[in-house]
Amino acid sequence: MNKIIKYVVLDILRNKILVSYTVLLFAITMTMLFLQDNQTKSLLSLLNIVLIVLPLVSIIFSTIYYYNSIEFIELLVCQPIRRSRILLSIYAGLALSLLIAFGIGVGLPLLIMDHSLTSVLLVLIGALLTIIFSALAILGSVFMRDKARGIGVAILAWFYFSLLYDGLVLFLLFQFSDYPLEKPSIVLGSLNPIDLGRIILLLRLDSSAMMGYTGAVFKSFFGSAGGILLGFGILTLWMVLPLWGAVRRFNHKDL
Amino acid sequence: MERLISLMLLLSLSNLGFGRVLKVSPSGPLTSVADAVRRAAAGDTVLVYPGVYYEKGLVIDKPIHLKGIGQPALDGEHRYEVVTIRSGGVTMEGFVVRHSGYSDWNDLAGIRLAAVRHVVIKNNQLDDTFFGLYCQNSDSCVLENNTLHSRSDSARLAGNGIHCWHCNGMQLLNNTITRHRDGIYFEFVTNSLIQGNRSFYNMRYGLHFMFSHNDVYDGNRFEHNEAGVSVMFSHGVNMKHNLFADNQGGGAYGILLKEITDSRIELSRFVHNTVAIYMEGTTRVQVSQNVFRDNGWALKVQASCSDDTITKNNFLGNTFDIATNGSLVLNNFDRNYWDKYDGYDLNRDGYGDVPYHPVSLYAMVAEKNPSVMMLFHSFIVSLLDRTEKVMPSITPADLVDHIPFMKPITL
Repeated sequence: MNKIIKYVVLDILRNKILVSYTVLLFAITMTMLFLQDNQTKSLLSLLNIVLIVLPLVSIIFSTIYYYNSIEFIELLVCQPIRRSRILLSIYAGLALSLLIAFGIGVGLPLLIMDHSLTSVLLVLIGALLTIIFSALAILGSVFMRDKARGIGVAILAWFYFSLLYDGLVLFLLFQFSDYPLEKPSIVLGSLNPIDLGRIILLLRLDSSAMMGYTGAVFKSFFGSAGGILLGFGILTLWMVLPLWGAVRRFNHKDL
Repeated sequence: MERLISLMLLLSLSNLGFGRVLKVSPSGPLTSVADAVRRAAAGDTVLVYPGVYYEKGLVIDKPIHLKGIGQPALDGEHRYEVVTIRSGGVTMEGFVVRHSGYSDWNDLAGIRLAAVRHVVIKNNQLDDTFFGLYCQNSDSCVLENNTLHSRSDSARLAGNGIHCWHCNGMQLLNNTITRHRDGIYFEFVTNSLIQGNRSFYNMRYGLHFMFSHNDVYDGNRFEHNEAGVSVMFSHGVNMKHNLFADNQGGGAYGILLKEITDSRIELSRFVHNTVAIYMEGTTRVQVSQNVFRDNGWALKVQASCSDDTITKNNFLGNTFDIATNGSLVLNNFDRNYWDKYDGYDLNRDGYGDVPYHPVSLYAMVAEKNPSVMMLFHSFIVSLLDRTEKVMPSITPADLVDHIPFMKPITL
């Protein structure tokens, strides 16, 4: 298993796209940190990068990589290795190399330049989103045989999580604005990893504005240590469940 | 006014020189403050030495100088109003006043000033009192350097720290008030100076006044109060160099202005409040040279406000700069610095060339439906805000800073 992970990581790290992704992230982070005089503002801009660019690159890159290594996977299946191990190793290699890119591009400069709890949370959430979206990519690609379809599904998934879902929530919040929506909105927030990460950070960045009634409900739920742990627990579920589905499908799949 | 007070001080000083001195201490010659007050004549000085005195409601009814040496304690045994001053010209200093009674139908106080003039209360510590300093129908009194601390846990059981009702020409200087219901409470108090006081961790408002005209608030600090500061139905309010900080919660305001006219809020700092200033029905209020930093909403200006001027303020790191509840705008927002402004300055005169609209779409939306705050900073919300900036449809087009500063104003 470790050997497969090593092969995958080495293979990806040689990839020009991943290198340029790292450089891009690094450049953006440094620009944000140096050009903005206001620390909150630079963290906000970085938050947008983490919430939009990271999931997009993770899901697309992972999907394409899976389809490109179909032959490698077929070769491995011929060896006496369990199928779940093969898939999990490929996933681990992918996630690991994307994490390395994120760590060098955003994590290191941010933690060196600005060591506050908020930036630690930002890096943690970015890392989790990378892991989650590559897991979703593996799930999608295992289910779709056709490469074009697989990439389409990946793009749709990203579109859904980062835009459509929030639009739907906004719509719901307005349709049912006569009802108390505090608790349902906690549930709605947990059903989307991007929203969950955003809310955890929002409670720190805009703490004053979040002290209204709705915000107070959120704050008492997600703002406490237990709430943050629960949030991260749900995010971990978001990684585990797609992987579990992918492995189940892959075990019985006719390659 | 001040001249009059200094004259009075001079007079009371000269009294000190000529009057007798009565000494009270647990070992004698006099062991009761009430006894000493009874024996004293106008202009005498009563010196009280360290000890605990249970006076069962001390009444001071002649102009004497009551001086505590080494912090003697007057104890109300949780039953009595500790000190009641019924005579003008009294000076009381250096006491610990503690354990006043509590009543649901009587405002028992640590020290009550009942219809008096030229009373000076200074350097006292009021501890565990229901109401702290209670002034009614009084004129030209000085409350200075007192520390007020209530020990009750609920707002129902706590009274106000400094409570003034129907007073004129009061001076509240450098007092510290904590854990009361309202730190400073005024009703019908005019021509007064409130300077250098600290009011924090109170259960309702740090400062709360109504029908109190022409008062000056200078250099006070209002922090961590449950509901912030609330002022209503007054004119000629002059506030400067104050700090309003960390007043957070659904109904907490740095300062809430309701029906305030012809007033000024200047050179103050508003930090970490849920809403820094909430304005409702205000007229001709000038908000200038203040700093608004890291508030949820810097200003909530309701459409019922008119002829207010908001100018030369720094808006830094607030989630929303301005929110409003209608499209009618009768106020002037020119010449402020907004950190969210992204215009340019071609002629380099220090002012931006494009106007700034400080109300964002989402501020309007959140005003109507607060639960949408959970989507703040999401992609779709940023998109909506951008669209609204290009084609304003919901945000009031008249709420605009025509000449915003490019750099923060040095204050």
